[in-house]
Amino acid sequence: MSAPEVVVIDYGVGNLLSVQRGFEHCGAKVTLTADPEYILAAKRVVLPGVGAFGNAMQALEQLCLVKVIRELALRQTPLLGICLGMQLLLDESEEFAVTAGLGLIPGRVIQVPKETMLGESQKIPHIGWSSLQPLGCPDSWRKTLLQDICPGESTYFVHSFMAVPTNPIHRIAECEYGGHLIAATIGRDRITGCQFHPEKSGEVGLKILRQFIIQ
Amino acid sequence: MASGGCVIRFGKNLNEWDVVKNIRLIARLDIKGPNLIKGIHLEGLRVIGSPSEHALRYYLQGVDELIYMDCVASLYGRNHLGDIVSSAAKDIFVPMTVGGGIRSVEDATQILRAGADKVAVNTAAVANPLLIAEIARRFGSQCMVLSIEAKQVGPERWEVYTENGRERTSLDVIEWVKRGVSMGAGEVLLTSVDREGTRKGFDTALVKAVTAEVSVPVIASGGMGKPKDLLEVVCNGGADAVAMADILHYKRAEIGEIRAAAEAAGLGVRHYERT
Repeated sequence: MSAPEVVVIDYGVGNLLSVQRGFEHCGAKVTLTADPEYILAAKRVVLPGVGAFGNAMQALEQLCLVKVIRELALRQTPLLGICLGMQLLLDESEEFAVTAGLGLIPGRVIQVPKETMLGESQKIPHIGWSSLQPLGCPDSWRKTLLQDICPGESTYFVHSFMAVPTNPIHRIAECEYGGHLIAATIGRDRITGCQFHPEKSGEVGLKILRQFIIQ
Repeated sequence: MASGGCVIRFGKNLNEWDVVKNIRLIARLDIKGPNLIKGIHLEGLRVIGSPSEHALRYYLQGVDELIYMDCVASLYGRNHLGDIVSSAAKDIFVPMTVGGGIRSVEDATQILRAGADKVAVNTAAVANPLLIAEIARRFGSQCMVLSIEAKQVGPERWEVYTENGRERTSLDVIEWVKRGVSMGAGEVLLTSVDREGTRKGFDTALVKAVTAEVSVPVIASGGMGKPKDLLEVVCNGGADAVAMADILHYKRAEIGEIRAAAEAAGLGVRHYERT
Protein backbone atom coordinates (compact mmCIF):
# COMPACT_ATOMS: atom_id res chain seq x y z
CA MET A 1 0.00 0.00 0.00
CA SER A 2 1.40 3.38 -0.89
CA ALA A 3 1.79 6.05 1.77
CA PRO A 4 -1.13 8.46 2.19
CA GLU A 5 -0.36 11.84 0.66
CA VAL A 6 -0.63 15.18 2.38
CA VAL A 7 -0.14 18.52 0.67
CA VAL A 8 0.89 21.35 2.99
CA ILE A 9 0.30 24.81 1.58
CA ASP A 10 3.62 26.65 1.69
CA TYR A 11 2.77 30.34 1.51
CA GLY A 12 5.73 31.68 3.43
CA VAL A 13 3.97 31.93 6.77
CA GLY A 14 5.64 30.13 9.64
CA ASN A 15 7.73 27.08 10.12
CA LEU A 16 6.36 24.09 8.22
CA LEU A 17 9.01 21.63 9.28
CA SER A 18 7.21 20.44 12.40
CA VAL A 19 3.97 19.87 10.51
CA GLN A 20 5.87 17.92 7.89
CA ARG A 21 7.74 15.85 10.48
CA GLY A 22 4.53 15.10 12.35
CA PHE A 23 2.77 13.75 9.28
CA GLU A 24 5.86 11.83 8.18
CA HIS A 25 6.04 10.24 11.60
CA CYS A 26 2.45 9.06 11.02
CA GLY A 27 3.49 7.46 7.74
CA ALA A 28 2.37 10.11 5.25
CA LYS A 29 4.16 11.38 2.17
CA VAL A 30 4.25 15.15 2.56
CA THR A 31 4.59 17.74 -0.18
CA LEU A 32 5.10 21.43 0.62
CA THR A 33 3.89 23.60 -2.24
CA ALA A 34 2.16 26.80 -3.30
CA ASP A 35 1.32 25.47 -6.77
CA PRO A 36 -2.45 25.95 -7.31
CA GLU A 37 -2.78 23.00 -9.71
CA TYR A 38 -0.96 20.67 -7.38
CA ILE A 39 -3.06 21.77 -4.42
CA LEU A 40 -6.32 21.37 -6.34
CA ALA A 41 -5.39 17.83 -7.29
CA ALA A 42 -4.43 16.86 -3.74
CA LYS A 43 -6.19 14.14 -1.77
CA ARG A 44 -5.94 16.17 1.42
CA VAL A 45 -4.60 19.59 2.21
CA VAL A 46 -3.18 21.30 5.29
CA LEU A 47 -3.30 25.05 5.76
CA PRO A 48 -0.73 25.92 8.42
CA GLY A 49 0.18 29.39 9.64
CA VAL A 50 1.77 31.50 12.32
CA GLY A 51 1.72 35.28 12.48
CA ALA A 52 -0.73 37.97 11.50
CA PHE A 53 -4.10 37.29 9.84
CA GLY A 54 -3.84 40.16 7.35
CA ASN A 55 -0.38 39.17 6.12
CA ALA A 56 -1.48 35.59 5.69
CA MET A 57 -4.57 36.50 3.61
CA GLN A 58 -2.45 38.82 1.52
CA ALA A 59 0.08 36.07 0.89
CA LEU A 60 -2.67 33.63 -0.11
CA GLU A 61 -4.18 36.21 -2.47
CA GLN A 62 -0.85 37.00 -4.10
CA LEU A 63 -0.31 33.31 -4.74
CA CYS A 64 -3.88 33.01 -6.15
CA LEU A 65 -4.65 30.48 -3.44
CA VAL A 66 -7.82 31.99 -1.97
CA LYS A 67 -9.94 30.70 -4.84
CA VAL A 68 -8.07 27.41 -4.79
CA ILE A 69 -8.85 26.79 -1.13
CA ARG A 70 -12.52 27.70 -1.63
CA GLU A 71 -12.60 25.28 -4.56
CA LEU A 72 -11.17 22.53 -2.30
CA ALA A 73 -14.12 23.07 0.01
CA LEU A 74 -16.59 22.73 -2.87
CA ARG A 75 -14.88 19.55 -3.99
CA GLN A 76 -15.09 18.16 -0.44
CA THR A 77 -11.33 17.67 -0.28
CA PRO A 78 -10.33 17.12 3.37
CA LEU A 79 -8.78 20.35 4.62
CA LEU A 80 -7.06 20.92 7.95
CA GLY A 81 -6.28 24.45 9.15
CA ILE A 82 -3.79 24.73 12.00
CA CYS A 83 -3.54 27.71 14.37
CA LEU A 84 -3.67 30.81 12.14
CA GLY A 85 -4.64 28.43 9.33
CA MET A 86 -7.79 27.62 11.33
CA GLN A 87 -8.61 31.29 11.89
CA LEU A 88 -8.34 31.97 8.16
CA LEU A 89 -11.26 29.58 7.58
CA LEU A 90 -13.68 32.11 9.08
CA ASP A 91 -15.36 35.16 7.52
CA GLU A 92 -13.22 37.86 9.07
CA SER A 93 -10.77 38.83 11.79
CA GLU A 94 -10.49 41.85 14.05
CA GLU A 95 -6.71 41.56 14.24
CA PHE A 96 -5.45 45.13 13.52
CA ALA A 97 -8.11 46.25 11.02
CA VAL A 98 -11.06 44.01 10.19
CA THR A 99 -9.84 41.70 7.43
CA ALA A 100 -11.82 39.25 5.34
CA GLY A 101 -10.95 35.58 5.67
CA LEU A 102 -11.71 32.56 3.48
CA GLY A 103 -15.33 32.43 4.60
CA LEU A 104 -15.56 28.65 4.74
CA ILE A 105 -16.95 28.56 8.27
CA PRO A 106 -19.26 31.41 9.31
CA GLY A 107 -17.91 33.51 12.15
CA ARG A 108 -15.17 35.88 13.12
CA VAL A 109 -11.82 35.97 14.84
CA ILE A 110 -11.45 38.09 17.96
CA GLN A 111 -8.85 38.70 20.65
CA VAL A 112 -8.41 36.24 23.46
CA PRO A 113 -9.91 38.08 26.48
CA LYS A 114 -7.28 40.00 28.43
CA GLU A 115 -9.08 39.31 31.68
CA THR A 116 -10.24 36.11 33.32
CA MET A 117 -13.93 35.59 34.05
CA LEU A 118 -13.15 36.91 37.50
CA GLY A 119 -11.82 40.15 36.08
CA GLU A 120 -8.14 39.52 36.78
CA SER A 121 -5.66 40.27 34.03
CA GLN A 122 -4.32 37.21 32.26
CA LYS A 123 -1.37 36.61 29.99
CA ILE A 124 -1.72 36.96 26.25
CA PRO A 125 -0.83 34.96 24.21
CA HIS A 126 -2.43 31.90 25.67
CA ILE A 127 0.60 29.59 25.72
CA GLY A 128 0.57 26.07 27.01
CA TRP A 129 -1.37 22.87 27.29
CA SER A 130 -5.13 22.94 27.68
CA SER A 131 -7.74 20.24 27.99
CA LEU A 132 -10.10 19.55 25.11
CA GLN A 133 -13.79 19.23 25.92
CA PRO A 134 -16.70 18.33 23.67
CA LEU A 135 -19.70 20.66 23.64
CA GLY A 136 -22.33 18.05 24.11
CA CYS A 137 -21.96 14.36 24.72
CA PRO A 138 -18.47 12.92 24.24
CA ASP A 139 -19.96 10.97 21.33
CA SER A 140 -20.00 14.16 19.31
CA TRP A 141 -16.37 13.55 18.34
CA ARG A 142 -17.25 10.42 16.37
CA LYS A 143 -16.47 10.85 12.69
CA THR A 144 -14.35 13.93 13.40
CA LEU A 145 -10.55 14.14 13.59
CA LEU A 146 -10.92 13.90 17.37
CA GLN A 147 -12.47 10.45 17.10
CA ASP A 148 -9.60 8.77 18.98
CA ILE A 149 -9.15 11.50 21.57
CA CYS A 150 -10.55 11.22 25.08
CA PRO A 151 -12.36 14.30 26.37
CA GLY A 152 -10.00 16.03 28.80
CA GLU A 153 -6.79 15.25 26.99
CA SER A 154 -4.51 18.24 26.50
CA THR A 155 -2.98 19.84 23.44
CA TYR A 156 -0.50 22.68 22.98
CA PHE A 157 -1.76 26.20 22.25
CA VAL A 158 0.01 29.42 21.42
CA HIS A 159 -2.30 32.17 20.18
CA SER A 160 -3.55 35.69 20.89
CA PHE A 161 -6.71 35.54 18.76
CA MET A 162 -9.51 33.02 18.73
CA ALA A 163 -12.21 31.87 16.36
CA VAL A 164 -15.86 32.42 17.20
CA PRO A 165 -18.03 30.44 14.78
CA THR A 166 -21.51 31.88 14.40
CA ASN A 167 -23.15 28.50 14.48
CA PRO A 168 -22.35 26.45 17.61
CA ILE A 169 -22.70 23.31 15.54
CA HIS A 170 -19.32 24.13 13.98
CA ARG A 171 -17.60 24.06 17.37
CA ILE A 172 -16.24 20.56 17.87
CA ALA A 173 -14.06 21.06 20.93
CA GLU A 174 -13.40 23.81 23.40
CA CYS A 175 -10.69 24.59 25.89
CA GLU A 176 -10.82 26.95 28.81
CA TYR A 177 -8.55 29.91 29.45
CA GLY A 178 -9.17 32.04 32.50
CA GLY A 179 -12.70 30.68 32.58
CA HIS A 180 -13.45 31.65 28.98
CA LEU A 181 -14.35 28.92 26.53
CA ILE A 182 -12.19 29.02 23.42
CA ALA A 183 -12.95 27.13 20.21
CA ALA A 184 -10.14 24.57 20.07
CA THR A 185 -11.40 22.58 17.09
CA ILE A 186 -13.97 23.69 14.55
CA GLY A 187 -15.37 21.85 11.59
CA ARG A 188 -17.82 21.88 8.74
CA ASP A 189 -18.21 19.11 6.17
CA ARG A 190 -14.68 17.95 5.31
CA ILE A 191 -13.04 21.07 6.75
CA THR A 192 -11.43 21.00 10.19
CA GLY A 193 -9.55 23.70 12.05
CA CYS A 194 -7.39 23.24 15.14
CA GLN A 195 -6.41 26.28 17.19
CA PHE A 196 -3.76 24.19 18.92
CA HIS A 197 -0.73 22.65 17.24
CA PRO A 198 -1.36 18.91 16.77
CA GLU A 199 2.24 18.56 15.55
CA LYS A 200 3.44 19.84 18.96
CA SER A 201 0.87 18.07 21.13
CA GLY A 202 2.64 14.78 21.72
CA GLU A 203 0.86 11.50 21.04
CA VAL A 204 -2.57 13.12 21.34
CA GLY A 205 -1.72 15.45 18.47
CA LEU A 206 -0.30 12.64 16.37
CA LYS A 207 -3.59 10.75 16.73
CA ILE A 208 -5.33 13.72 15.12
CA LEU A 209 -2.83 13.81 12.27
CA ARG A 210 -3.27 10.04 11.77
CA GLN A 211 -7.03 10.43 11.63
CA PHE A 212 -6.62 13.13 8.99
CA ILE A 213 -4.49 10.97 6.70
CA ILE A 214 -6.81 7.98 6.77
CA GLN A 215 -9.89 9.95 5.82
CA MET B 1 -2.09 10.03 38.95
CA ALA B 2 -4.90 7.85 37.70
CA SER B 3 -3.99 5.79 34.70
CA GLY B 4 -6.29 4.47 32.03
CA GLY B 5 -9.72 5.81 31.14
CA CYS B 6 -10.51 9.44 30.67
CA VAL B 7 -10.73 12.12 33.26
CA ILE B 8 -13.25 14.81 32.44
CA ARG B 9 -12.72 18.07 34.22
CA PHE B 10 -16.32 19.20 34.20
CA GLY B 11 -18.21 20.77 37.03
CA LYS B 12 -15.61 23.25 38.22
CA ASN B 13 -17.20 26.18 39.93
CA LEU B 14 -16.30 29.70 38.93
CA ASN B 15 -14.03 30.29 41.92
CA GLU B 16 -11.72 27.54 40.89
CA TRP B 17 -11.05 28.94 37.48
CA ASP B 18 -8.40 31.41 38.52
CA VAL B 19 -6.19 28.68 39.91
CA VAL B 20 -6.43 26.56 36.81
CA LYS B 21 -3.79 28.45 34.90
CA ASN B 22 -1.86 25.49 33.57
CA ILE B 23 1.83 25.59 34.32
CA ARG B 24 4.34 23.95 32.03
CA LEU B 25 6.91 21.35 33.06
CA ILE B 26 10.01 21.77 30.95
CA ALA B 27 13.11 19.60 30.74
CA ARG B 28 16.28 21.61 30.26
CA LEU B 29 19.16 19.94 28.48
CA ASP B 30 22.51 21.67 28.68
CA ILE B 31 24.76 20.45 25.92
CA LYS B 32 28.49 20.53 25.43
CA GLY B 33 29.67 19.07 22.14
CA PRO B 34 27.81 15.77 21.69
CA ASN B 35 27.02 15.36 25.39
CA LEU B 36 24.27 16.20 27.81
CA ILE B 37 26.03 17.79 30.77
CA LYS B 38 25.16 19.24 34.14
CA GLY B 39 27.03 21.69 36.31
CA ILE B 40 26.58 23.54 39.57
CA HIS B 41 26.15 27.31 39.25
CA LEU B 42 26.55 26.59 35.49
CA GLU B 43 30.15 25.47 36.19
CA GLY B 44 32.05 22.24 36.80
CA LEU B 45 30.22 20.49 34.00
CA ARG B 46 29.73 16.75 34.33
CA VAL B 47 28.83 14.51 31.43
CA ILE B 48 25.41 12.89 31.91
CA GLY B 49 25.05 11.01 28.64
CA SER B 50 23.35 11.16 25.28
CA PRO B 51 21.05 14.15 24.70
CA SER B 52 18.77 12.20 22.39
CA GLU B 53 18.21 9.32 24.82
CA HIS B 54 17.38 11.68 27.64
CA ALA B 55 15.14 13.89 25.51
CA LEU B 56 13.18 10.89 24.27
CA ARG B 57 12.82 9.54 27.81
CA TYR B 58 11.40 12.85 29.01
CA TYR B 59 9.08 13.05 26.01
CA LEU B 60 7.74 9.58 26.75
CA GLN B 61 7.29 10.56 30.41
CA GLY B 62 5.07 13.40 29.21
CA VAL B 63 7.29 16.47 29.45
CA ASP B 64 5.52 19.61 28.20
CA GLU B 65 8.48 21.20 26.45
CA LEU B 66 12.21 20.87 25.98
CA ILE B 67 14.92 23.49 26.24
CA TYR B 68 18.29 22.80 24.65
CA MET B 69 21.18 25.03 25.70
CA ASP B 70 24.55 24.90 24.05
CA CYS B 71 26.56 25.96 27.07
CA VAL B 72 29.87 26.58 25.39
CA ALA B 73 28.46 28.20 22.26
CA SER B 74 29.00 31.81 23.31
CA LEU B 75 32.62 31.01 24.02
CA TYR B 76 33.16 29.68 20.51
CA GLY B 77 30.73 32.02 18.85
CA ARG B 78 28.29 29.55 17.38
CA ASN B 79 25.57 27.12 18.27
CA HIS B 80 26.27 23.48 17.48
CA LEU B 81 22.86 22.11 18.27
CA GLY B 82 21.51 21.93 14.70
CA ASP B 83 22.11 18.19 14.30
CA ILE B 84 20.90 17.30 17.79
CA VAL B 85 17.71 19.32 17.33
CA SER B 86 17.12 18.08 13.83
CA SER B 87 17.28 14.45 14.90
CA ALA B 88 15.14 15.11 18.00
CA ALA B 89 12.46 16.71 15.83
CA LYS B 90 11.86 13.38 14.09
CA ASP B 91 10.60 11.64 17.23
CA ILE B 92 9.68 14.37 19.65
CA PHE B 93 6.44 16.28 19.19
CA VAL B 94 6.42 18.90 21.89
CA PRO B 95 7.74 22.47 21.61
CA MET B 96 11.50 22.85 21.62
CA THR B 97 13.42 25.98 22.58
CA VAL B 98 17.06 26.23 21.59
CA GLY B 99 19.61 28.65 22.97
CA GLY B 100 23.32 29.24 23.29
CA GLY B 101 25.31 31.23 20.78
CA ILE B 102 22.37 32.62 18.79
CA ARG B 103 23.88 35.88 17.59
CA SER B 104 21.86 36.92 14.58
CA VAL B 105 18.59 36.48 12.72
CA GLU B 106 20.49 34.07 10.45
CA ASP B 107 21.50 31.91 13.43
CA ALA B 108 17.88 31.90 14.59
CA THR B 109 16.67 30.99 11.10
CA GLN B 110 19.04 28.04 10.95
CA ILE B 111 18.06 26.64 14.29
CA LEU B 112 14.35 27.06 13.55
CA ARG B 113 14.86 25.28 10.24
CA ALA B 114 16.46 22.43 12.15
CA GLY B 115 13.18 21.99 14.04
CA ALA B 116 13.24 24.39 16.97
CA ASP B 117 10.04 26.31 17.77
CA LYS B 118 11.64 29.11 19.74
CA VAL B 119 15.10 30.53 20.22
CA ALA B 120 16.53 31.67 23.54
CA VAL B 121 18.96 34.56 23.40
CA ASN B 122 21.11 35.92 26.22
CA THR B 123 24.66 37.06 25.45
CA ALA B 124 23.94 38.45 22.00
CA ALA B 125 20.83 40.29 23.19
CA VAL B 126 22.83 42.02 25.92
CA ALA B 127 25.45 43.03 23.34
CA ASN B 128 22.79 44.16 20.86
CA PRO B 129 19.26 44.53 22.24
CA LEU B 130 17.97 45.27 18.73
CA LEU B 131 18.43 41.59 17.97
CA ILE B 132 15.39 40.90 20.19
CA ALA B 133 13.24 43.16 18.03
CA GLU B 134 14.63 41.72 14.81
CA ILE B 135 13.94 38.11 15.79
CA ALA B 136 10.48 39.01 17.11
CA ARG B 137 9.60 40.90 13.93
CA ARG B 138 10.82 38.12 11.67
CA PHE B 139 9.35 35.10 13.52
CA GLY B 140 6.88 36.55 16.02
CA SER B 141 7.30 37.30 19.72
CA GLN B 142 6.18 33.80 20.67
CA CYS B 143 9.41 32.59 19.09
CA MET B 144 11.75 34.97 20.89
CA VAL B 145 12.68 33.83 24.40
CA LEU B 146 14.84 36.19 26.41
CA SER B 147 17.24 34.09 28.45
CA ILE B 148 18.51 35.78 31.59
CA GLU B 149 21.20 34.44 33.89
CA ALA B 150 20.80 36.21 37.21
CA LYS B 151 23.08 36.41 40.24
CA GLN B 152 22.01 38.07 43.44
CA VAL B 153 24.17 41.10 44.28
CA GLY B 154 22.22 42.56 47.16
CA PRO B 155 18.85 42.48 48.90
CA GLU B 156 16.21 42.24 46.13
CA ARG B 157 18.93 43.02 43.57
CA TRP B 158 20.16 40.73 40.83
CA GLU B 159 22.73 41.27 38.10
CA VAL B 160 22.56 39.92 34.56
CA TYR B 161 25.36 37.54 33.60
CA THR B 162 26.27 36.33 30.13
CA GLU B 163 28.46 33.64 28.59
CA ASN B 164 26.71 30.92 30.58
CA GLY B 165 27.15 32.64 33.92
CA ARG B 166 30.78 33.61 33.40
CA GLU B 167 30.64 37.32 32.57
CA ARG B 168 29.16 40.19 34.54
CA THR B 169 27.28 42.90 32.68
CA SER B 170 26.42 45.42 35.45
CA LEU B 171 22.83 45.30 34.11
CA ASP B 172 20.06 45.07 36.67
CA VAL B 173 17.82 42.05 35.99
CA ILE B 174 14.55 43.93 36.48
CA GLU B 175 15.57 46.83 34.23
CA TRP B 176 16.84 44.43 31.60
CA VAL B 177 13.78 42.17 31.56
CA LYS B 178 11.48 45.18 31.15
CA ARG B 179 13.59 46.43 28.28
CA GLY B 180 13.75 42.99 26.64
CA VAL B 181 10.00 42.52 26.81
CA SER B 182 9.37 46.01 25.44
CA MET B 183 11.67 45.11 22.52
CA GLY B 184 9.53 42.08 21.70
CA ALA B 185 10.61 39.11 23.83
CA GLY B 186 7.56 36.86 24.14
CA GLU B 187 8.79 34.78 27.02
CA VAL B 188 11.53 34.89 29.64
CA LEU B 189 13.78 32.01 30.68
CA LEU B 190 15.03 33.12 34.08
CA THR B 191 17.97 31.14 35.44
CA SER B 192 19.25 31.72 38.93
CA VAL B 193 22.98 31.10 38.71
CA ASP B 194 23.08 30.99 42.52
CA ARG B 195 20.61 28.11 42.69
CA GLU B 196 21.46 26.31 39.47
CA GLY B 197 22.52 22.71 40.12
CA THR B 198 22.24 23.10 43.92
CA ARG B 199 18.90 21.31 44.47
CA LYS B 200 18.09 24.00 47.06
CA GLY B 201 14.85 25.12 45.44
CA PHE B 202 14.17 28.04 43.12
CA ASP B 203 15.05 31.66 43.87
CA THR B 204 11.42 32.59 44.40
CA ALA B 205 12.21 36.21 45.28
CA LEU B 206 13.94 36.66 41.93
CA VAL B 207 11.07 35.07 40.02
CA LYS B 208 8.51 37.13 41.90
CA ALA B 209 10.41 40.34 41.21
CA VAL B 210 10.39 39.55 37.48
CA THR B 211 6.81 38.27 37.14
CA ALA B 212 5.61 41.41 38.93
CA GLU B 213 7.13 43.55 36.19
CA VAL B 214 6.38 41.76 32.92
CA SER B 215 3.23 40.44 31.32
CA VAL B 216 4.84 37.64 29.30
CA PRO B 217 5.28 34.08 30.58
CA VAL B 218 8.28 33.47 32.82
CA ILE B 219 10.07 30.12 33.04
CA ALA B 220 11.83 29.62 36.38
CA SER B 221 15.10 27.73 36.06
CA GLY B 222 17.69 26.63 38.58
CA GLY B 223 17.39 24.83 41.88
CA MET B 224 14.61 22.27 41.50
CA GLY B 225 15.66 19.56 43.94
CA LYS B 226 12.36 17.82 44.65
CA PRO B 227 8.88 17.84 43.13
CA LYS B 228 7.48 20.13 45.82
CA ASP B 229 10.00 22.88 45.00
CA LEU B 230 7.88 23.93 42.06
CA LEU B 231 4.88 24.75 44.26
CA GLU B 232 6.57 27.68 45.93
CA VAL B 233 7.93 29.23 42.75
CA VAL B 234 4.55 28.94 41.05
CA CYS B 235 2.31 29.96 43.95
CA ASN B 236 4.54 32.65 45.48
CA GLY B 237 6.81 33.52 42.58
CA GLY B 238 4.14 33.54 39.87
CA ALA B 239 6.17 31.34 37.51
CA ASP B 240 4.30 30.16 34.40
CA ALA B 241 6.63 27.27 33.81
CA VAL B 242 9.51 25.50 35.49
CA ALA B 243 12.66 24.23 33.81
CA MET B 244 14.22 21.17 35.36
CA ALA B 245 17.53 19.45 34.77
CA ASP B 246 19.36 17.85 37.69
CA ILE B 247 16.21 16.27 39.18
CA LEU B 248 15.46 14.55 35.87
CA HIS B 249 18.97 13.75 34.68
CA TYR B 250 19.90 12.05 37.95
CA LYS B 251 16.52 10.27 37.95
CA ARG B 252 15.55 11.67 41.31
CA ALA B 253 12.00 12.12 40.01
CA GLU B 254 10.06 11.42 36.83
CA ILE B 255 7.84 13.92 35.07
CA GLY B 256 4.78 11.93 36.12
CA GLU B 257 5.59 12.27 39.83
CA ILE B 258 6.26 15.97 39.45
CA ARG B 259 3.00 16.44 37.57
CA ALA B 260 1.16 14.50 40.27
CA ALA B 261 2.69 16.66 43.01
CA ALA B 262 1.59 19.81 41.19
CA GLU B 263 -1.90 18.43 40.64
CA ALA B 264 -2.24 17.29 44.25
CA ALA B 265 -1.44 20.84 45.35
CA GLY B 266 -4.22 22.18 43.15
CA LEU B 267 -2.07 23.56 40.35
CA GLY B 268 -3.26 23.24 36.78
CA VAL B 269 -1.11 21.03 34.59
CA ARG B 270 -1.41 19.40 31.22
CA HIS B 271 -3.61 16.37 31.43
CA TYR B 272 -1.45 13.48 30.35
CA GLU B 273 -2.23 9.80 30.02
CA ARG B 274 0.73 7.60 29.37
CA THR B 275 0.08 5.62 26.20
